[in-house]
Amino acid sequence: MSRIADCFKKQKARNRCALVPYITAGDPHPDYTVEFMHTLVEAGADLIELGVPFSDPMADGPVIQSAHERALCHRVGLHKTLEMVMEFRRNDQDTPIVLMGYLNPVERMGYASFAAAAREAGIDGVLTVDQPPEEGKELFHLLEEEALDPIFLLAPTTKPARLDRICAHARGYVYYVSLKGVTGADTLDIHDVAERMGLIREHCKLPVGVGFGIKDADTAAKMARVADAVIVGSALVKLIEKNVDEPQQIAPALRARLTAMRSAMDEARATESKMEGMIR
Amino acid sequence: MAIANETLPRRLSWADYPDPAGHFGPYGGVFVAETLMEAIEELKHTWARLRADEAFWKEFDADLAHYVGRPSPLYHAERWSRELGGAKIHLKREDLNHTGAHKINNTIGQALLAKHMGKTRIIAETGAGQHGVASATVAARLGLECVVYMGEEDIQRQAPNVYRMKLLGAQVVPVTSGSRTLKDALNEAMRDWVTHVDDTFYIIGTVAGPHPYPQMVRDFQSIIGREARAQSLEQIGRLPDALIACVGGGSNAIGLFHPFLDDAEVRLIGVEAGGLGVDTGKHAAPLTAGRPGVLHGNRTYLMEDEEGEILATHSISAGLDYPGVGPEHAWLKDTGRAEYVAVNDDEALAAFHALTRTEGIIPALESSHALAYAAKLAVQLHPDQHLVVNLSGRGDKDINTIARLEGISL
Repeated sequence: MSRIADCFKKQKARNRCALVPYITAGDPHPDYTVEFMHTLVEAGADLIELGVPFSDPMADGPVIQSAHERALCHRVGLHKTLEMVMEFRRNDQDTPIVLMGYLNPVERMGYASFAAAAREAGIDGVLTVDQPPEEGKELFHLLEEEALDPIFLLAPTTKPARLDRICAHARGYVYYVSLKGVTGADTLDIHDVAERMGLIREHCKLPVGVGFGIKDADTAAKMARVADAVIVGSALVKLIEKNVDEPQQIAPALRARLTAMRSAMDEARATESKMEGMIR
Repeated sequence: MAIANETLPRRLSWADYPDPAGHFGPYGGVFVAETLMEAIEELKHTWARLRADEAFWKEFDADLAHYVGRPSPLYHAERWSRELGGAKIHLKREDLNHTGAHKINNTIGQALLAKHMGKTRIIAETGAGQHGVASATVAARLGLECVVYMGEEDIQRQAPNVYRMKLLGAQVVPVTSGSRTLKDALNEAMRDWVTHVDDTFYIIGTVAGPHPYPQMVRDFQSIIGREARAQSLEQIGRLPDALIACVGGGSNAIGLFHPFLDDAEVRLIGVEAGGLGVDTGKHAAPLTAGRPGVLHGNRTYLMEDEEGEILATHSISAGLDYPGVGPEHAWLKDTGRAEYVAVNDDEALAAFHALTRTEGIIPALESSHALAYAAKLAVQLHPDQHLVVNLSGRGDKDINTIARLEGISL
């Protein structure tokens, strides 16, 4: 079983919603990334999505684009990102790592070399934002050969027939983008999300993570009731951005935010099962 | 004119590309985030339906005739040709179109599409501002809201066009991310589209982007080549020996080339922006010095570093300052059907002045790249040979840039 599948199985057994933080590799400086990753795990992260810096992150909002630009200033690209994961793995063999990025750096490295290098670095899943299943058969096949999970985005506009097509390729989990927009947008409607989750689960047997628009303990707790995983990116990257001049403040800030989200999410699940028990 | 699939000849013609998924050989395709897929599917279906609809093309042709002022002339630049002392150079006068460039051919078409789809808001990206002006123009005419994304650096370079867009009622949004030029404006427009997919139509200004844009923009711009082909037969008595057009994203070049693709005897030459020189790295010539990759929704030649990060580009002309190129050009290059060369800033400037002085025509700096290569090629050819150069836009928008280079403040 892959580390990702195993992770979600454990969460389910404990009636927990997985907490999935996103940071961009190399932001604000390559020296900090591995430390941040360990901090996130200590504060309750179950899986980490690590962003590969790209010059033109079209699906991201201004917050994450700035993170990419900060990392690129230090010439952090795909190779360095893989090195960071390798370093992280020296002290953590359990937490699944998903690389999230755009296709061009992977194209440049070559699909086969990338899949092999990712496997060797200790990556578990790969989400190439701008590669829909129709264009990705060759890469997905190579990822599978290296036992890496292709992770896919689902959107509010994704129609049922397309859900089937995507879920046929998906492994590990699927990432439901909870609103129309880019990362860091703030028009999240929780009822909409709950409704869509029902539809997605009819078409997809994998765990469903929800991301985009989750910024604090409150929104995370609400999402924890309906989702298998809560993905938080821009809110954390904002903490990094805020402390760019005092980078030693970043790890404590990440820890505080994640700890608050973790306990709010666990509490939400606990309350819910208590209520279910009362109804029964 | 209808481009119904069933009317295409059965042998494999260049017109058969792209395939239904938008591929030109290994290039093109749809490389976008899932958040945009539905909008692209909707566009693809509407476009497939209207592309086969006579009435749609009748409406388009009528707008081109009565609003744009087509056909544009094919003009024999007699004095310039004589001074160069070689082949005869003919100019396809897209600069005489309404709004001063070929860009309007495409925005008329896409605005019609937007109207058919019931969209009330138009967004566009622009580099030189010509596509922004052309988009603002059709939006004003149809009473649609219009937002144009433009890199901050380009806003400085193309102040007159920025003001024109504002006069036309468009909102011009400065883009301050990345290199602050055309590619960043494109990123920003894509983000807007993702956020407002329900009511917004994104008018892409060139033959790049996810399918169906490269095909759609090509079909709208092909009016240039269809006219030029008929005009050549009528005025020269035969097809020209070569066609020459500048290539940024490549819409004016594809528009000119496409109706000639099956005429194997006609050389097709695309001229990229060599900037300060291709060997200096400060240029915008992905076909000449780049390699295939994926950006802005399609696979094509790109300027990128060894990590696959997109490089900043340099060109004197904002309209060519783009690190990618339309996927059909990538395919035409690989198959050898078209040739691609680069012309440096200073060569383009010299051609700008030469045409202005000998013909009384002020060309756009973008088009000046094509003129510069035409001048080089013409002198190697005989006076009984004919070159057709796409004069894709007029140069009024560039006079501030030219004046600044010469130390004159206007």
